[in-house]
Amino acid sequence: MAIWLTENSKIIVQGMTGSEGSKHTRRMLKAGAKVVGGTNPRKAGTTVDFDGVELPVFATVAEAMAATGADVTVIFVPPAGTKTAVIEAIDAGIPLAVVITEGVPVHDSTEFWAYAESKGNATRIIGPNCPGIASPGASNAGIIPADITSAGRIGLVSKSGTLTYQLMYELRDVGFSTAVGIGGDPVIGTTHIDALEAFQNDPGTEAIVMIGEIGGDAEERAAAYIEKHVTKPVVAYVAGFTAPEGKTMGHAGAIVSGSAGTAQAKKEALEKVGVRVGKTPSETARLMREVMRSR
Amino acid sequence: MDLFEHQAKELFAEYGIPVPRGVVAHTVDEARAAAEELTGRVVVKAQVKTGGRGKAGGVKLASDAPDAEQKATEILGMDIKGHTVHKVLVEEASAIAEEYYFSFLLDRANRTFLAICSAAGGMDIEEVAHTAPDKVAKVPVSPLTGVDREHAREIAKAGGLPEAALDGAADLIEKLWAVFVDEDATLVEVNPMILTADGEVKALDGKVTLDDNAGFRQAEHEGYADKAAEDPLEARAKEKDLNYVKLDGSVGIIGNGAGLVMSTLDVVAYAGEQFGGQKPANFLDIGGGASAEVMANGLEIVLSDPSVKSVFVNVFGGITACDAVANGIVSAFKLLDERGETVTHPLVVRLDGNNATLGRQILSDAALSGVELVDTMDDAAKRAAELAAVGA
Repeated sequence: MAIWLTENSKIIVQGMTGSEGSKHTRRMLKAGAKVVGGTNPRKAGTTVDFDGVELPVFATVAEAMAATGADVTVIFVPPAGTKTAVIEAIDAGIPLAVVITEGVPVHDSTEFWAYAESKGNATRIIGPNCPGIASPGASNAGIIPADITSAGRIGLVSKSGTLTYQLMYELRDVGFSTAVGIGGDPVIGTTHIDALEAFQNDPGTEAIVMIGEIGGDAEERAAAYIEKHVTKPVVAYVAGFTAPEGKTMGHAGAIVSGSAGTAQAKKEALEKVGVRVGKTPSETARLMREVMRSR
Repeated sequence: MDLFEHQAKELFAEYGIPVPRGVVAHTVDEARAAAEELTGRVVVKAQVKTGGRGKAGGVKLASDAPDAEQKATEILGMDIKGHTVHKVLVEEASAIAEEYYFSFLLDRANRTFLAICSAAGGMDIEEVAHTAPDKVAKVPVSPLTGVDREHAREIAKAGGLPEAALDGAADLIEKLWAVFVDEDATLVEVNPMILTADGEVKALDGKVTLDDNAGFRQAEHEGYADKAAEDPLEARAKEKDLNYVKLDGSVGIIGNGAGLVMSTLDVVAYAGEQFGGQKPANFLDIGGGASAEVMANGLEIVLSDPSVKSVFVNVFGGITACDAVANGIVSAFKLLDERGETVTHPLVVRLDGNNATLGRQILSDAALSGVELVDTMDDAAKRAAELAAVGA
């Protein structure tokens, strides 16, 4: 079992013919994901060969969905075109849009989020600036390396790509139901809370790892949600204790402003509701291992 | 990127927002000349990208040009919360009847924009919001519909502005919305927005934060960069497209992925407690690719920091396998050698993830001088801190 992405998910790639898009389409196929096509209005009607798999190129998401039954799109379109690509996906009514692109102006993300809301949030958006979502052994939509872990019963939600990989790798013997990289931008579609809710309701998930970092108050709000609604064990990690105030640390959203958004405040909020917070990624993995062993 | 007050006001003026007449001065002579050029009394305002200037004595009223020169002497070179004052804005003094607060900002939590308006202006708005929340109007603004004149007037009214100020405020707010959207700003703040004795609404102060991600469609924003205040290492790193932030410790850090690098800083600081408080010297994310050239550039920047005593290279091989990263490190050493640079500090390398065994093998075969391999992130951090303590 998994959340949002299963072995039956049919994936298309917006920007499949670009260098990043084609590289990762190949990797997704190799990971066993059912990638069924891509879009590029200038190359519609052609096909692209991925090590023997011929994938059709469509002009639009709507056409691709009609022809293939796709229910997931992964977006690799460069920042200047990302907003248009996401809005196209929303208009087509695709259930899940995973936005990998880094460097999207926040006015664009805020606008496509408002647009999604105006359409009743029929399309779940993950990202932007995220590694995507992987349900090990079942499917992979994005750039999470599939071969570093195995299928299991831990759910993971994270703002950071490489920390996701680190934890997936450290706990590779225990395994994951689904890992969701929600992205490090100030405005993102799917939040920690959305993932916590889905993991809580997923019978295939026994425990949850949550990875946060400095900036905003998403972790504090997640802590409040956990206290009220999550009965499964949650182990957390927060990055950025040593980050100086006012400096953006790699991710556009990773910034401590005045006294707001600090790692310490996030850790305290999580610990207050009974979430165990690891001091290092490895300690976090150890804590999760203890949780799984005691079950 | 945050703008200086004078940059914000120049931008406001381009959008037709009324601001007091003013001139930027970098020296006391320039300040005197500016005051001579302007009419009447002037205000000499420190240009620093931090709040609380007034309380710190960075804003002073001057009666004439010689007085402006005197006030500029006092303010230039001053330290305000760690920011040295290198320039002042000399501005015509306004006849203030009332002071208000206004801003548009990105509301991260609710994923929308927010207009904040209050008749209680001129002071710390967070404090006003805390002590008298009913005096502060917070109005969500959808990016789909924006702010027209009518909406602007409603916001001003919600903020409790008096009838006499509504038309002027609505005009200013509508134009400020244009600044916010057209310039890809995440904050535009006017505190105070004033009503003058003769009934005009003006922006007496200005604070603007621009979205760095929008640089590709805002080419002119580069001109706002404060090159003088930039750390020289950060400036060099930027030229090489490296994501680098200078910190004040002794352990140089190179890693891949923003989250992992942030975490590496924490783990090093944590391990460093055992070794006389060794701390990370920098944040450097070389990204997923980790090619030889990027690794060489990264090493060069980190090693040119005189406070660095050891370097911790922390890479998780996800998309890029560890053998490629190891080859990158070996080639980086060759590249540095060709550039005439020598690696003078010990390097602790931790490789994990895809093909980690192969990557470690490549590095131990290369037998690079000063390079140590440690298997786990926690142990490697400890070793790097220990080496920094020895080298200090």
